[in-house]
Amino acid sequence: MPSASKDANDAKDTSFQSLILKLQTFWADQGCVLLQPYDLEVGAGTFHPATTLRSLGLSDDIWKCAYVQPSRRPTDGRYGDNPNRLQHYYQFQVLIKPSPDDIQDTYLRSLYALGIDKNQHDIRFVEDDWESPTLGASGLGWEVWCDGMEVTQFTYFQQVGGYECNPVPVELTYGLERLAMYVQGVENVFDLDWDGVPEADGGKTYRDIFHQAEVEYSKYNFELADTDILTRHFADAEKEGNALLEAGLALPAYDQCLKASHLFNLLDARGTISVTERAAYIGRVRALARGSARQWLRSQGAEVD
Amino acid sequence: MTELLLEMLSEEIPARMQARAVEDLKRLVTEALNREDLTFECAKAYATPRRLVLVVDGIPETQPDVSEERRGPQVGAPEKAVDGFKNSLPADAEIEQREDKGNTYYFAIVEKKGIQVELLLGQLIIDIIRRFPWPKSMNWGVDHGPWIRPLHNIVCRFGPTASIAITLEPGRGFRTTETTGHKFLSPDWFEVKDFADYKKKLEKAKVIIDPAKRREIILKEAGKLCGKVGLVLKDDPELLDEIAGLVEWPVVLMGTIDDDLMYLPPEVLTTAMRHHQKYFACLDKGGNLANRFIVVANTETTDGGKQVIAGNERVLRARLADARFFWDQDRKQTLESRTNGLAGRVFHARLGSVLDKSKRIEALAAFVAEACGADAKQVKRAARLCKADHSTGMVGEFPELQGVMGRYYALSDGEPPEVADAIAEHYAPRGPNDACPEKPVSIALALNDKIDSLVGFFAIGEKPTGSKDPFALRRAALGVIRLILQNKLRLPLAATVFKAAYRLHEKQRGWEKEEETEGWLPVSSDLMAFFADRLKVYLRERGVRYDHVDAVFALGGEDDLVRLMARADALSEFLATEDGENLLTAYSRAANILKIEEKKDGRSYAKAPDPTLYCDGEEKVLVTAMASVVPEIDSAVSDERFSESMALLAALRKPVDDFFDAVTVNVDDPALRENRLKLLNKIRSALDDVADFSRIEG
Repeated sequence: MPSASKDANDAKDTSFQSLILKLQTFWADQGCVLLQPYDLEVGAGTFHPATTLRSLGLSDDIWKCAYVQPSRRPTDGRYGDNPNRLQHYYQFQVLIKPSPDDIQDTYLRSLYALGIDKNQHDIRFVEDDWESPTLGASGLGWEVWCDGMEVTQFTYFQQVGGYECNPVPVELTYGLERLAMYVQGVENVFDLDWDGVPEADGGKTYRDIFHQAEVEYSKYNFELADTDILTRHFADAEKEGNALLEAGLALPAYDQCLKASHLFNLLDARGTISVTERAAYIGRVRALARGSARQWLRSQGAEVD
Repeated sequence: MTELLLEMLSEEIPARMQARAVEDLKRLVTEALNREDLTFECAKAYATPRRLVLVVDGIPETQPDVSEERRGPQVGAPEKAVDGFKNSLPADAEIEQREDKGNTYYFAIVEKKGIQVELLLGQLIIDIIRRFPWPKSMNWGVDHGPWIRPLHNIVCRFGPTASIAITLEPGRGFRTTETTGHKFLSPDWFEVKDFADYKKKLEKAKVIIDPAKRREIILKEAGKLCGKVGLVLKDDPELLDEIAGLVEWPVVLMGTIDDDLMYLPPEVLTTAMRHHQKYFACLDKGGNLANRFIVVANTETTDGGKQVIAGNERVLRARLADARFFWDQDRKQTLESRTNGLAGRVFHARLGSVLDKSKRIEALAAFVAEACGADAKQVKRAARLCKADHSTGMVGEFPELQGVMGRYYALSDGEPPEVADAIAEHYAPRGPNDACPEKPVSIALALNDKIDSLVGFFAIGEKPTGSKDPFALRRAALGVIRLILQNKLRLPLAATVFKAAYRLHEKQRGWEKEEETEGWLPVSSDLMAFFADRLKVYLRERGVRYDHVDAVFALGGEDDLVRLMARADALSEFLATEDGENLLTAYSRAANILKIEEKKDGRSYAKAPDPTLYCDGEEKVLVTAMASVVPEIDSAVSDERFSESMALLAALRKPVDDFFDAVTVNVDDPALRENRLKLLNKIRSALDDVADFSRIEG
């Protein structure tokens, strides 16, 4: 149902939700499948199977998708006190395979669509290679700076789950809160205007919607999460994941990998994992990611070891 | 003579890789030209974030004709071989027979006609692109790559008319005569004829291809902006290089830091600015950090940079607000109270936690403090606290500030300044150009920290091999060497320090197998060999003759680096005199004769000569001189009067020379010959007591 008073593509509307709508419209116009967030807790949009698993496949594969992904990083929680740090935030994720020749230009046009004027701002591509030890994935690219602020992570994937990507996908990850803070000229994330509706009419800010969650989850992540239970759940997820891999089911097995990964992040936030144990946990999650990637490739008809 | 112009246009090349890439491109192309027998006058290469550019001047248009001589089989060789040779030659090759080293061979002169350079450049460049030594390269799209980032176009012109198509993949051509300007300011494509035309048109299209010129502009403009507000730019050549690699069209702007953030330690301000945002800092007349920063944008904006400045100020404000939060929070807890938390931080799986490490370096203080002239209590205190800043919020956010923050927090806890400084300086020197601590407590702590690591990692077999040195042990050893030599510390490394450090590890890890182990011995001797190696590198870089140090080191048992250097210096001085030079010649003569005769006879002549067999006068004089001088030399050496020991050695020069002039060693009488060889051995070993002269290179 269209809102009578608002147009999502109105360049003047800088509300958080209008940014999402504009990005969705823009990337849908580029031929992307618009997906919804994955329904499991993940640390970043990259973990969505539409990115990880779809990065792998046959050499003539084409895959283009875009979606918002709520991302959880328990250690980044600050009880809602820090103007820039959240344990739960949103990424807008684009994955296009094979990477198009003109992707840099297309990406820049997406910024223009958000109202960032190249004649007013300094946009730069600063080296930042990406590596995810839990996913066994890596890529080369940049962080994109707008007037010194990182607004996007731009990565050409080279490897996922330990397998070479061929063709090579390109991943764009917009940090929505930062981008919104930028276009709204706001210095505290909680002051972000979410919907562009005046307060008197019931309009909501980021604070109205998420502050309580930041406080409560910080308390849970740092103080209350029961590490014995988490440890047990981690082992269960690993066991289930391995069983599903045995059965040749890539997608359900990958869900268990995601669960294990989030449980590890929670354990990490509780500060009970030593450096040596840390490496071992990461290795266990990576084994699941690898196994899922392998099963996925098989299911696509690729020849794998 | 013709000019080659090459431009490779790609997506943004990491700034830190550009300088190397420029050198590599120039080297690879000029080497390839040489291989093709092509001369050139001059080659220059440039880089921008999006381009690698090369211009080579004065290449001939045609390869020179060359005639090459090939040698075939010997005349009279089996027919098959001769036919094979003939078949390998072009039809018009002339074959002749000629003598070479006593045999007659077939020789053929093969004339190779030079081809047009235009025809061979394409493949030459493709080969270079394919094996270009990027530190890290990538693939993109479908089967594109590798290159540092997606490669979009290659301009290749040879002279004003010829353009050369570079085909990296079938069906994918480039605009070989056209390029494009600045990404935002001038994105249109235009034709370029030669380098002069290229450079001029690009500058018009808002791209300055020469990094040196971009640096110059940045410095000049930044200087102007600073001057306007009575400030100066903080010198930072490394940052300048990096920034010049991030922009094609530098636009220098100045921003302001909020006054309420200026109370943060200057290191925090500069780290946030420099490492995270790549801003230059500005200083006031007194050299203090001012509340301004310089940012270099890559584009001109219609509002003269207003929004760019505002945006950058906001980003910096957010970063510094974070830092202020940590600064205020961290100081609510003392370093002392943080030390227990270090038990949960693993230093290395087999060497325990960070707490274990700081306990070891605390205990090691007793063995090192005195030699450094430091108060052992202060060294211990500093050792206890030096790692405690690892768990502070600020170090978590800015890891490069470890140590530096420890100092601030120690001072805020009321620790003595010596202790605080030692905490800040204990990682130093971090490399050959880093400042070396000079304050006693700092020296002692810096030594302990490194020696503990060296001994620990050597004990568990984690020695550096080849290019692998994951724990930076080479740097640690160099640090120890510099700390000792620059501060002239008298410290018996192996016997005291390595042993003590090993025992501390042993006790913590439970390595002891029996009551009293000597496990430290092999570790210590490995380490001394490692140090000898590092010392060699260190001295070579300083232009010191290492063979003189080696000659002293080779005597063995020396683990006091200051004494070692004093002895080596005395030796160098002596060898620079005529006496020294002469005695070295005599030594070599004695050593050579002995080597030959010992090998021939299959025995050594190490035993003492028989005095009753001395018959020539010169022989007797030499023996008498040695008898009186050698004990004196020994006592001079043990009293560390090294110059004197060398002077005493000089007294042997004449008798030794006379001996060689007058006495024949290899006489017919076997008993006499044997005795003289034994005498030669005595000369050699007398000199060897001072230094191993055989290590000295002519």
